[in-house]
Amino acid sequence: MHYTLHVNGADREVGDAWVGENLLYVLRERLGLLAAKGACEQGECGSCSVQVGARLVCSCLVMAASAVGQPIVTVEGLSPDGAPTDLQQAFVDAGAVQCGFCTPGLIIAAHDLLDRNPDPSEIEIREELSGNVCRCTGYGRIIEAVQRVSIARRIDRDAS
Amino acid sequence: MTATDTRTRTRDGVIGTSPPRPDGIAKTQGTFAFSSDLGRDGVLWGATLRSPHPYARIVRIDVSPAWKLAGVEAVITADDVPGVMTYGLIEQDQPVFAGEFVRYVGEPIAAVAADHPETCRRALAAIVVVYEVLEPVLDVDAVIAGSVAAIHPNGNILRHQRIVCGDVAASGEVVVEGTYEIGMQDQAFLGLEAALAIPDSGGGGVELHIATQWLHEDRKQIAACLGLPEHEVRIVLGGVGGAFGAREDISLQVHTCLLALRLGRPVRMHYTRAESFVGHVHRHPATIWMRHHARSDGEIVKIEARFVLDGGAYASTSSAVLLNAITHTQGPYRCPNAVVEGWAIRTNHLPCGAMRGFGVVQACFAHESQMDKLAEACGLDPIEIRLRNAMQTGDRLITGQVVANVAPVERCIRETVGLPFPDEPVGGLDREVMRLPGGAGRTADAHNIVRGIGYGVAIKNLMYSEGFDDYSTARCRLADGVVNLKFATSEVGQGFVTIAAQIARTILGIDDVVIDRIDTEVGSSGSTSASRQTWMSGGAVAAACTAVRDRLFEHVGVEHGIVEGQLAIEGTDVIDTLGTLRLPVAAAAVGIAFDETAEYRHPPTEELDENGQGNCHTAFAFVAHRAVVDVDPDLGLVKVVQVATAQDVGVALNPLSVLGQIEGGIAQGLGLALMEEIIQIDGTIRNASFTDYLLPTMLDMPPVLASLIEEPDPHAPLGAKGVGEPPCISVTPAIVAAIRDALRQVGRSTELNRVPVRPQDIALGPSPQLSA
Repeated sequence: MHYTLHVNGADREVGDAWVGENLLYVLRERLGLLAAKGACEQGECGSCSVQVGARLVCSCLVMAASAVGQPIVTVEGLSPDGAPTDLQQAFVDAGAVQCGFCTPGLIIAAHDLLDRNPDPSEIEIREELSGNVCRCTGYGRIIEAVQRVSIARRIDRDAS
Repeated sequence: MTATDTRTRTRDGVIGTSPPRPDGIAKTQGTFAFSSDLGRDGVLWGATLRSPHPYARIVRIDVSPAWKLAGVEAVITADDVPGVMTYGLIEQDQPVFAGEFVRYVGEPIAAVAADHPETCRRALAAIVVVYEVLEPVLDVDAVIAGSVAAIHPNGNILRHQRIVCGDVAASGEVVVEGTYEIGMQDQAFLGLEAALAIPDSGGGGVELHIATQWLHEDRKQIAACLGLPEHEVRIVLGGVGGAFGAREDISLQVHTCLLALRLGRPVRMHYTRAESFVGHVHRHPATIWMRHHARSDGEIVKIEARFVLDGGAYASTSSAVLLNAITHTQGPYRCPNAVVEGWAIRTNHLPCGAMRGFGVVQACFAHESQMDKLAEACGLDPIEIRLRNAMQTGDRLITGQVVANVAPVERCIRETVGLPFPDEPVGGLDREVMRLPGGAGRTADAHNIVRGIGYGVAIKNLMYSEGFDDYSTARCRLADGVVNLKFATSEVGQGFVTIAAQIARTILGIDDVVIDRIDTEVGSSGSTSASRQTWMSGGAVAAACTAVRDRLFEHVGVEHGIVEGQLAIEGTDVIDTLGTLRLPVAAAAVGIAFDETAEYRHPPTEELDENGQGNCHTAFAFVAHRAVVDVDPDLGLVKVVQVATAQDVGVALNPLSVLGQIEGGIAQGLGLALMEEIIQIDGTIRNASFTDYLLPTMLDMPPVLASLIEEPDPHAPLGAKGVGEPPCISVTPAIVAAIRDALRQVGRSTELNRVPVRPQDIALGPSPQLSA
């Protein structure tokens, strides 16, 4: 089957696809967008997180063809000019990255969180990001990175 | 000293600082290439057919139905293995594909290559395998008793080893004993097994891009199975999404290469999560009996112990895991007399091998549970009993080996004890239901919550043991003011690429350091395991950089008429320590090119004799943990509120990376304490998914307070000890001790002798029909 997905602000044609393909597979294998990772295939780990229609979803649980007509944002769409976002830089600076397999999913989930709730408490960060499993870091530095960005953005807001 | 004197200030990026990972931004942006991200035009997908039976004879395999599917390009079985039919890290007993027998659920039988993963699935489903199902061997005690027939030509005993030390008749006024069980834990790295094999055009060789812990060992085993000379097999490290021991053994390496060589086309193979659970080795489930004899003042007189490890169907590293377990029986405590017996048994369960902590995790849960029992029996608190017995440098282990390393056990304990307790009130703040045991799902009653505190202390050996020729290789090139480092050290997330550059910057005084591709085009670095790469590959990088620095000194000495021995690097300058010359290294290095390769070897170790005596280990590190938990005793729910730790690190080459290892290791130890266990019923795994195998999330992990104990170890090339494994070892018994402490406060003396602790173990106490 053939259909068009709207990914990171551009229309992308998907041709000759099998109807059973999930969004994660189509993003990675048909569109070459490799940032979303597959790690559990059942929506438990969050590594494949993307936004569909401004909602954070596990792309492994979304039939690709059902995402037609909705804006899709992947990690590639967060920094189209290549410059890291504030969260991406903070993850590196705070030591929130080890193997990095969970990182793109956490980045998009953390952006989603701070867009909805700019000043999350520690327990809110833990609850909101508890759908993203990290096996390397024990999460301490990830929480630190999100808190750093939350504070930096608040300082920026207060200054302007 | 003025504020503008920068020479004494620590330069960013050298040893002791925490520069950003060189791959960090790429990992946040999703542009870092993991092995599952690798592909080529025309790449086919590979997939594996696996046994549904724990033990069966293969009567017949008919692959012809798979060939009838459009898109199927290759179907291979044991008949298609051109080289040796088996592999293994220590004993080559594991078939590339099952031949006459399958010995565990998930054992590979055949592989296919096709144009789409869905085609692969359908092809695997089409293959007909006729089995004669056999009675599986699942009872380790029956094997030890000799009452079951061998399930493998090499027999069912993977290793039997005793340790007999001192006066075996010695005893004390106080005797405590217990039998402890440790469940099978999965490494559960997030980056599933994935590989890309590219056959040489026109030649018979192959290049394999693979997420692995040990490139050269992979190459040795792969080449043997492919029937190729090693130089025809080139291994390139594909980006590794975590390892924790699960990538030390062969999984899909040979299968992917076989398909690619058969077809003359690139083939990639990716495991699913369900497949990964049966596709790599796990932490050994263990049953450990220990009896401690002590004087009434708590001083340990003798330990008796018996370890039984279920190794599963194939040997993997079971013999080394058993050695580690039994040689750590005493923990970080003095013990003059001991009788220890250890068994590693072959069964039709999933094969077990390396996982972070490697046998010591199991031993530590037992010895730390025993120390708490001993404390209670002697009327001492758990800290005092540990301080009274704490090992020191120069003490002799039950193997007769002297602990030559820095051994700050007492300091680990005292610093852990001194860290502040959490401010958080028992049961969490008002209205913060997520802080209660069980969270929002199984909400505990805040009024029933009891807080407990528990301690754990551990000793862990570093590097390889028992006479293994353990070494690492690194190459350093200096040209045009840029340092290029080349090594085959697997970067699995731990950050060796970061500290390798730090070492080079420190030794050479040059900030511009490039890490070359990690592959087999340089000598072996050994495995990224056993907490060994900072010590071993760090030592090799330091040696290679030092060799280049000496060439630079020679060059500068000739240029300036100075004896090279009096030259030194200070910051980014070459200086004459006895004269006035001060020259930026960058200037001194203009127009020169030096290229040096070095190997680092640790001193040789010995095999144990029949009484378990010998200098079998290389070095040791120590750690202490304190856990604070909130428990709902009636619902059996636990929330870990805080973990405090002090760890013997030697020198923190990169403090932020050390903290990352500590927090990450604690998360895995917490998982083993409370939730992580592979369940096998009648030899079949029942929870091969992240829905059913529970991993700690951000809500499960408490804040961690960590104190780094920096006493440089004179035996370590950079003074730094390995830091990867200790964090996950004694946190598990600390958490369980904290739960016991909470239960004691409500009048229950529940033993909690197995991990993971299940809600029913807390709420109902020991119940034979509930144990796995």
